[in-house]
Amino acid sequence: MKPSEHEIINTVKKLLADKKIDLFIGYEQGTLPLRTSPCFLVNPDDSNKLIWNSFCANNLTVYLSRIMPNGKNKKFKRIGILCKGCDSRSLTGLIREKQIKREDLYIIGISCQGIIDSRKLLPQLNSDEILSIDEDDDSIIVKLKSGEERFKRNHYLYDACLNCAYPTPGEYDMLVRTAKYAPQVSVPDPAVKEFMGKPREERWRIFEHELSKCIRCYACRNVCPNCYCKECFAEQTKPTWFGVTSERSDLLFYHLTRIFHQAGRCVDCGACVRACPMNINLRLFTRMLVDEVKERFGYEPGLSIKEQSVLAAFEIDDKQEFMTEPEKGT
Amino acid sequence: MKKDETTIEKKSDVSTFEPKIVAFLCNWCSYAGADLAGVSRFQYPPNIRVIKVPCSGRINPLYIIKALYSGVDGVLVSGCHPGDCHYISGNFYARRKFALLKKFLSYIGIEQERVQFSWVSAAEGARFAQIIEKVVGEIKRLGPLTYFCKD
Repeated sequence: MKPSEHEIINTVKKLLADKKIDLFIGYEQGTLPLRTSPCFLVNPDDSNKLIWNSFCANNLTVYLSRIMPNGKNKKFKRIGILCKGCDSRSLTGLIREKQIKREDLYIIGISCQGIIDSRKLLPQLNSDEILSIDEDDDSIIVKLKSGEERFKRNHYLYDACLNCAYPTPGEYDMLVRTAKYAPQVSVPDPAVKEFMGKPREERWRIFEHELSKCIRCYACRNVCPNCYCKECFAEQTKPTWFGVTSERSDLLFYHLTRIFHQAGRCVDCGACVRACPMNINLRLFTRMLVDEVKERFGYEPGLSIKEQSVLAAFEIDDKQEFMTEPEKGT
Repeated sequence: MKKDETTIEKKSDVSTFEPKIVAFLCNWCSYAGADLAGVSRFQYPPNIRVIKVPCSGRINPLYIIKALYSGVDGVLVSGCHPGDCHYISGNFYARRKFALLKKFLSYIGIEQERVQFSWVSAAEGARFAQIIEKVVGEIKRLGPLTYFCKD
């Protein structure tokens, strides 16, 4: 067992035994290799199930607003949760949007080295049977039936992790340090920049093509901590905003609106991309909003509980170069 | 069959194309500005359909997307000048939303002239007419919005 896992298990055991928390949300081994599952603990003796490795992808904060609708739950008054850097940004957003109270949480922060994308790694394994997986600071060691193979960690990270500027949580009660933490500067995503350089017709063609793959399972919404509305616009019937078909314009309407609802709120955790069964590159569009908000308003969501959300605030002299003015001389 | 004919007609005849434009006007400034334009007999193209809203801050970006989806060729949102909002700060919040929405729509490949925002006060009838003229002209040049609306 790794020291980080040991530390998590001991802390959780103690917290649950001392009744400091009523529920802990962490990760356990999934049924498939390269996969982990969310794990909900109420009994201190079950704590040994908890794991921490480079496959703990899920953003666990999505469960908080489900477990505590209206910020309350009679049975689980205080919840402990394991948070990576991105999860902690989601959490900060939830606290700031008053979905959950900071004092109802015990946050175990963990500095993250980036999560491995099994969709990138699996094809390298030639469908060989995986016996066990181990990892060190810069590689993933997979024991296959045919022998041991090492993979460079950096080549198999999720796209969202490649450009991550805040791998260590900003908000926590206890921090587990796993890696040498090197603070990075958040820079505009290269994929977004490249997309922006394309001609308009090409951009629309890509947008339409990507989102036409959608089967309307709504996984991207369900897995997003930001999507906590009791009634989603997609399911409203009075008024009905758009059709329930999988026709192009209905799909585009849903995605346009869902993505725009993330403006100034998306923390680029990549949960929607991981959840999508059709491999739609949703991040290409949400990430643009992250970059745009940073460039325009100098704001990055999820860094502090105290600051105002970007769309819930204003400056008198915000830029307004996009406003239509009458033509001169008319 | 009939539907196809109308689309073809729409596409081929850009010079006589009359766009449908939804104008969301705030009750306190732009709507009164439009009223003044009418009372003062300023001419402007009749392509806009006005929807009165309490404040430009009332505009949910969903309304704009819905309008485009429902088959209009362009959307104009107009409110009080910054600092003149009847509700003190509604248009300041709106301005942030609009800035992001406009950038986002043009990023995914919708022409940026399709969705426009302006400030028109209750005293600016002439300015209102000029803005409508400009918006209608630009959208006329783009032609009908055929790639997003429901078929």
